[in-house]
Amino acid sequence: MSVADTEIIKEFLVESYENLDLLDREFVALEREPAARDRIAAVFRTIHTIKGTAGFLGLPRLEALAHAGESVLSLLRDGDIDLTPSTTSALLSMVDGVRAMLKCLEASGNEGNETYASVIEILKAICERPATSDAPAPLLGEILLKAGAVDPVDLDAAIEQQKDDPRKIGEILLARNSVKPEALVDALRAQTDAHAGVSDSSIRVDVGLLDKLMNLVGELVLARNQILQFGAQRKDAAFVSTSQRLNLITTELQAGVMRTRMQPIANVWNRLPRVVRDLSVACGKQVRLELEGKETELDRTIIEAIKDPLTHIVRNAIDHGIETSSVRLAAGKSATGVLHLRAFHEGGQVNIEISDDGGGIDPDKVRKKAVQNGLVTADRALHMGDRELLRFIFMPGFSTADRVSNLSGRGVGMDVVRTNIEKIGGTVEVQSQLGHGASIKIKIPLTLAIIPALIVSSRGERFAIPQVSLRELVRLEGDQIRTGVERIHGVPVYRLRGKLLPLVYLHEVLHLVAEAPAATINIVVVRADDRQFGLVVDAVSDTEEIVVKPLGKELKSLSTFAGATIMGDGRVALILDVLGIAQRANVVSEVRDRSLAENAQESRVSGEEKQALLLFRVCKDSRMAIPLSLVARLEEFPRERLERAGAHDVIQYRGEILRLIDLRAMLGRSPIGEDEASGDLLQVVVSSENGRSVGLIVHRILDIVEESVAMKHRTSLQGILGAAIIQGKVTDLLDVHAAIRQADPDFFNQHDAA
Amino acid sequence: MDQPKQFCTFFVADRFFGVDVTRVQEVIRYQEMTRVPLASAVISGLINLRGQIVTAIEMRARLGLPPRPSDQLPMNVVVRTSEGPVSLLVDEIGDVLEMDERSLERVPETMSADAKELVSGVHKLEGQLLLVLDTDRAVNVSGTISAQSHGVLS
Repeated sequence: MSVADTEIIKEFLVESYENLDLLDREFVALEREPAARDRIAAVFRTIHTIKGTAGFLGLPRLEALAHAGESVLSLLRDGDIDLTPSTTSALLSMVDGVRAMLKCLEASGNEGNETYASVIEILKAICERPATSDAPAPLLGEILLKAGAVDPVDLDAAIEQQKDDPRKIGEILLARNSVKPEALVDALRAQTDAHAGVSDSSIRVDVGLLDKLMNLVGELVLARNQILQFGAQRKDAAFVSTSQRLNLITTELQAGVMRTRMQPIANVWNRLPRVVRDLSVACGKQVRLELEGKETELDRTIIEAIKDPLTHIVRNAIDHGIETSSVRLAAGKSATGVLHLRAFHEGGQVNIEISDDGGGIDPDKVRKKAVQNGLVTADRALHMGDRELLRFIFMPGFSTADRVSNLSGRGVGMDVVRTNIEKIGGTVEVQSQLGHGASIKIKIPLTLAIIPALIVSSRGERFAIPQVSLRELVRLEGDQIRTGVERIHGVPVYRLRGKLLPLVYLHEVLHLVAEAPAATINIVVVRADDRQFGLVVDAVSDTEEIVVKPLGKELKSLSTFAGATIMGDGRVALILDVLGIAQRANVVSEVRDRSLAENAQESRVSGEEKQALLLFRVCKDSRMAIPLSLVARLEEFPRERLERAGAHDVIQYRGEILRLIDLRAMLGRSPIGEDEASGDLLQVVVSSENGRSVGLIVHRILDIVEESVAMKHRTSLQGILGAAIIQGKVTDLLDVHAAIRQADPDFFNQHDAA
Repeated sequence: MDQPKQFCTFFVADRFFGVDVTRVQEVIRYQEMTRVPLASAVISGLINLRGQIVTAIEMRARLGLPPRPSDQLPMNVVVRTSEGPVSLLVDEIGDVLEMDERSLERVPETMSADAKELVSGVHKLEGQLLLVLDTDRAVNVSGTISAQSHGVLS
C-alpha cells in the first residue's frame, strides 16, 4: 500500500470512528422519535459516506455491509417503513460490524474475512421493497420556492421542460429568466451546506500538537512570572508597563490554548445512549436517558479520566437503581425509568450529576451490609444517619446487590469510581431517597495542567498546596502559640471554631531539619478524604497559578508529592499531595471508616441530649470523663489495703473482692511521681454492671458535670473513645468496657459464667 | 562493532568514568537544587533545566563513596533515559575520549556484585582505567538502599 493510500485510510478511519459514535446516539434518539427525518438523513449520510469511501478504497465487504444498511435507512428516510426496535437492533449490529471491520483495517490494513452475511440477510429482509435511489440533498427547486425566489408556476414549467432537457433545473430556470442569478447562487450554496454541515468551519488538529502548545504556554506562564517578579524589583516604569502587557497577553493566550484542549462532555456522553439501550434491553427494563448540558466543556485529559467512572455509575443506576416496569407501575411510577445526566460549570469546577428515579439505595440494607462486613459495629450503625450510611457504598468490596450480575453487583466499582475521581482532584457524593431514586454528584476541576496553588514554606523549603484541598488559613501569634495548640496523648490539636482540628507539622512529616521555627504558627486547614486537618507551616506566601509537572520515576513512589513546578525565580518547588501527607501522618490511617464513625458520633449528639459525666485526672495534665451512669460509688482506700490475687490488684470491699484497674498503667502513662501522688490514699471509681464491680484507680476526682458531649477527635488508643471539649477543656472519654477488657480479657466471660 | 566509541568522561572522587556520548544530552555547571524530602539519599534534588524538571542523582552516594567536600560544587552530566533526562552529579568533567572496542575488558570478577551492576566494562588507558558507566542502571535508584550501605566501589 502506498504512502498516499495509508494517509487516506488513516483519514477515513478517523472520520468514520467519529461518525460511528454519532450513529450510536442517533439511532437511540431515533427510537424515541422515529419520525425525526433529519436524524435519519444524518445517519443515512454517514453510512453513505462510509459506503462510498469503502468502494473507493476497494473494501468490498465493508461496502456490502454499509450498502445493506444504507438500503434500510433509505426506506426509513422516505417513510416507506417505520423504525421498530428490531430494525434498530439490526442497524446497530450493522454499525458494530462496520466498526469491527474498521478496527481490523486499522490493525492489519485489510477489512478482515468476516462478511457479516447474517446481518446483511436481516437488513435485506427488512427491505421488503426495493430501495429507492438516494437523493441526499434537498431539491434546488424546493429551496428556491421556500426562499420565495421563484414563482411556483415558473418552477412547474421548468420541471416540465426538464423532462426533455438534459440541463439542470437551475440552468433551465436561469435560461427562462424565472430566477435572479444571485438567488440561484444562494440556493446552490444552501444545497451544498446541507451536505457539508459545519465541517468547513473547523479543522482537525493532532492532539500531540495541542499538548505541545499547552506545554509551551506553561513555559511562557513561568517566564511571565519570572519577569513580573523581576519587574517588581525594578523601578523602571516602561519595563513595568511592558511586563503588564505581557502578563495580559499570556493570560489570554493561556486561556485560548486551554480552550483548544477543551472538549464538550458530549464526547463521553455520546456512548451512553447505546450503553443505556443495551443494558436496559439486557435487564428487561425501560429506561429513558436524558442528557442536559452536553456542551459543558472539560479538558481532554479529564474527559479521558471520567469516561470509565461515568459508564460505571450509569450501569449501576440501570442495573440496581431503576426497577422493572411492573415494579414501577406497582409503585405508582411511570413504566419507563428516567436516567438524568446533568453537567454544568460552577465555581471553576465541572459538576456532573447522574440521577435516576428508581428505587434508591436502602439505608437499612447498607447498614446490615456494613455491620456484616465489619466496617462498623451494629450499635454504631444504628445511630448513623442515612447520609453517613450511604458513604459506605464507596468502600472497597461493598455491594448491596442481592445477586451478582455480569453487569454489576460485585462490589468492585464505586470505590474505584471514587478513587478515579479523586485522582483527578474531584469529589463524589451520593444522595438517595428510598423509593424515589438516587443521585450521584461529581465535582471535578476543569483542567489538570495549570492549577491555582498556595505557596507555603517550612524550614526554608517551598511547597505548593493545590487550592482544591485548601479550606482556610489560621495564624497564631504571641500567646496564642502556647495556648492555641493543645495535646491529646501527644497529638497536637487546635480548636477551630469549637471543633478539634488535628495538627500535622509539615517539617515533621517531611523530616525537614533546619533553622529554628518561626515566631508564628501558620495553620493551613486542608481537606483530604473527608477529613480536615491543619498543616502547620512556617510561612504562607501567595496563591499562584502553577504548571504541574510530573516527577521522574525515581520519585514516583513518594506519595507525599503530587508533582513539581517551577516558581517565578526559576527554582523548583514540590507540590504537596495532601492525601499522601494525611496518610503519612496517620490522619486518615484507617482511611474511611474512621471518618464515618466520627460522623456517626456527631450525628448522635446532634440531638443535644445532655449527659452526666464524671471528670477525673489519671495523671497530672490529662482530663478524662466517663458517663456517670457507669459509676456506682467513689471510694478512697489506704494504699496498704491493696492486695494481690493472681496477677491482679484487688481490695476487700463490702465483703467482696473488688478487682482494681490502674488506669495510669493501662493507658501507658508514666507512674505518678511521689510528689504528686495523693498521699497514701487511693482514689477509686467503682463501676458496676450486672452485679459485677470493678474499681478504677485514678489520680484525682475533679467534678461531675452535665454537658452534651460532641466527640471531636478520635484516637486509635485502646480504651479511649475520643476527645471532647468539656468545661472548655479538652477531655478524653474513657471507654470503660474496653478498659476493663484490656486489663482483664476474661472479665466479661466470668460474668457470663456467673 | 569495530567502530570506535566516544565517551564523555568525568571524575567521581578519584574514579574515572565514561558514559557513551550519544546518551549525554548536555553538561552544565552546578544548578540550584530543590531538595526532595523523604527521597532516597542518592537523589540530591530537582533542577530546572530550561523549564524541564530534572532529577539530580548524586553519583558519590550512588557509588557508595564519601560525600564531596562542601566547598566543591558538582557538575551536572545530563543523560537521556527512556523516562526523560536525568542529571548525574559528578566532581569534574574530563575530555571526550575515543575508545577502541579492543581496549575494553570486562569488569573483574572480584569486584562486588553491586559495582558490576553499575559498571559495564573497563577501558585500559595509559596509566588510567576508564570505568564505563551503565547509565540505565545508574539512574534506576529504586533499589539503592543497598548501594548506600554497602559502598559499591569502596
